[in-house]
Amino acid sequence: MNWDFIREYLPLYKEAALLTVKIGYAGIAIAVAVGLLCAVALYFKVPVLRRVVSAYIEISRNTPLLIQLFFIYYALPKIGIPTTPEGCGVAGLAFLGGSYMAEAFRSGLEAVEPIQMESALSLGLEKSQALTRVILPQAVSISVPAFVANVIFLLKETSVFSAVSLMDLMFTAKDLIGLYYKTTESLLMLVVFYLIILLPVSILGSILERRLRHAGFGS
Amino acid sequence: MPDLGLDVLFKGKNMIRLLGGLWVAVRISLIAVAISIPLGILLGIVMTSKNPIVKVITRVYLEFVRIMPQLVLLFIVFFGATSALGINISGELSSIIVFTVWGTAEMSDLVRGALISIPKHQYESAAALTLTPSQTYLYVIIPQTVRRLVPLSINLITRMIKTTSLILMIGVVEVLKVAQQIIEANRMSSPNAAFGVYLTVLLMYFIICWPISMLAKRLEKKWG
Amino acid sequence: MAEELLKIEHLTKRFEDNTVLDDISFTVRKGEVIVVVGPSGCGKSTMLRCINALEPIQGGKITINGDEIVYGSKNLSTLRQRIGMVFQSYDLFPHLNVLDNILLAPTKAQKRKKDEVTKEAMELLKRVGLADKAKSYPRQLSGGQKQRVAIVRALCMHPEMMLFDEVTAALDPEMVREVLDVMIGLAKRGMTMIIVTHEMQFARAIADRVLFLENGKIIEDADPETFFENPKTDRAKQFLNIFNFERE
Repeated sequence: MNWDFIREYLPLYKEAALLTVKIGYAGIAIAVAVGLLCAVALYFKVPVLRRVVSAYIEISRNTPLLIQLFFIYYALPKIGIPTTPEGCGVAGLAFLGGSYMAEAFRSGLEAVEPIQMESALSLGLEKSQALTRVILPQAVSISVPAFVANVIFLLKETSVFSAVSLMDLMFTAKDLIGLYYKTTESLLMLVVFYLIILLPVSILGSILERRLRHAGFGS
Repeated sequence: MPDLGLDVLFKGKNMIRLLGGLWVAVRISLIAVAISIPLGILLGIVMTSKNPIVKVITRVYLEFVRIMPQLVLLFIVFFGATSALGINISGELSSIIVFTVWGTAEMSDLVRGALISIPKHQYESAAALTLTPSQTYLYVIIPQTVRRLVPLSINLITRMIKTTSLILMIGVVEVLKVAQQIIEANRMSSPNAAFGVYLTVLLMYFIICWPISMLAKRLEKKWG
Repeated sequence: MAEELLKIEHLTKRFEDNTVLDDISFTVRKGEVIVVVGPSGCGKSTMLRCINALEPIQGGKITINGDEIVYGSKNLSTLRQRIGMVFQSYDLFPHLNVLDNILLAPTKAQKRKKDEVTKEAMELLKRVGLADKAKSYPRQLSGGQKQRVAIVRALCMHPEMMLFDEVTAALDPEMVREVLDVMIGLAKRGMTMIIVTHEMQFARAIADRVLFLENGKIIEDADPETFFENPKTDRAKQFLNIFNFERE
């Protein structure tokens, strides 16, 4: 193991990891918003919109992110929609993640007893008040485990970003392997940095899940 | 109507070449699925063991394989094996190895989840009827877990097929690589070929994965 | 005679081809306690849900003090505030404590001042013996306590009348009494109520009028004395016999 090599190229990995995290969380944030909207549209069976949402979910979930990225990055400019590598990364992750988040929130919404909606309505609350004050708080807490699993899944998926010329961790590792043949060192740093990004989320997830499973509101 | 570069698809053997590339990816995932399902079932049963050493080893394996992006695993095998072991493994073989290792981990977790979801009294009443452990599994536990497991394993197949798109990144000539080559070869005559060709590749994956997901969803509803 | 409060005219409710409520008409006067009995699946609960416009109806008209209640209409939430409803179970909001459960609708739907409602809520909780549970969460309460909170939550909206949908059906026997006592207290204070129940002794004690529903039709509408002692129809006699047998 060549530690000098590792010391020298550590900053490069740090920068790449930062890029991965930035684009990753930006994409995830948009995915959460998209997912919530889609889940609510499905929950209330909004005409027309629910069909559009269902179609989107099927397309998004049944195609690989890598190809979605290729399509956004190389194909969309041909019909006049220009993209940057960063924009493409965020958009691709949001497109993929939106459907996964939608499914998580939808099953959370469906797990809330229908009588909760009815009793909120019978108290004279507006549908929108019933949704935001009664149904969503419960649905969101039910969907926490699925939500965390999605965050981990989406952060992992960011590994394909180098395909659209983003200088992320994979790009850096491949570059160093190609240039210096320091394969072991490059791979080690790659693994370590992904662990730094992913382990905290995974640990936080299992803590949250345990607390939700054994407790609930009021303990 | 702008030129969407769809004509390229019908030029020469381009469509056939794309399908050939798709088959490379699908074949790899099918081989990996065929190996990981039995291995995963075996490992899943092993993981329910009470032995602390077995528990720790399987846990570490599972957590590492599942937390690493599949592309990192591909890099480790494809680049790492050459430098660490001095052997040159082809991209295709690396892919099969990685997808099998990953698929086995995912499958074993599904199996373990299905097994521990069987209530304890099922084991106890089987024991009370003097069934041996293997008889208990064969006649009581496995039939109950299969229904839970089948839709989830079918879903694993679509995940596997989608993930094989990554093998492009270690230089395997599959559908995306073929697509790039076609676009490159036609860049003068059909500058917009990227749109039509990548759209086609996207649709190809959709046409393969969607029916499988639908089947899984239907079975889940039927048996859930 | 007191003024008419709720008027139901020719109410018809169908689920696809299945007619659940068949041309039902009756009037509820102010301060009147109406108990609805009948075999399971006769349409009792559906009737209450229609009155609160939780279900669309296929025919007829429901009015409270002259205002028509129409499923899906714009002013539905204000109309619903005038009718309190308590369900069989599970209708407290699990993510809110008892006090917040009660405060939610008065402060959000009626935009009333939090202090004022809190004061009223605490008084009502005291009346049902739950003042010390204000900060508890629903999962920390027994079934009977939950139902008493649900009643307080509905009362805090100052409804003109209350609907009770088998509120004791999911409770352990020893908790039924504490809930029924609260309802008897309400009746004494002059609350207008429609109660769907299987508790025949309670029905007899609290009702001003008993409606006997079968196959979506009202086949008896009588004072409790007459209904329980001298039911007119054979169906009602058979129905009451089942309960007598169980009691013996």
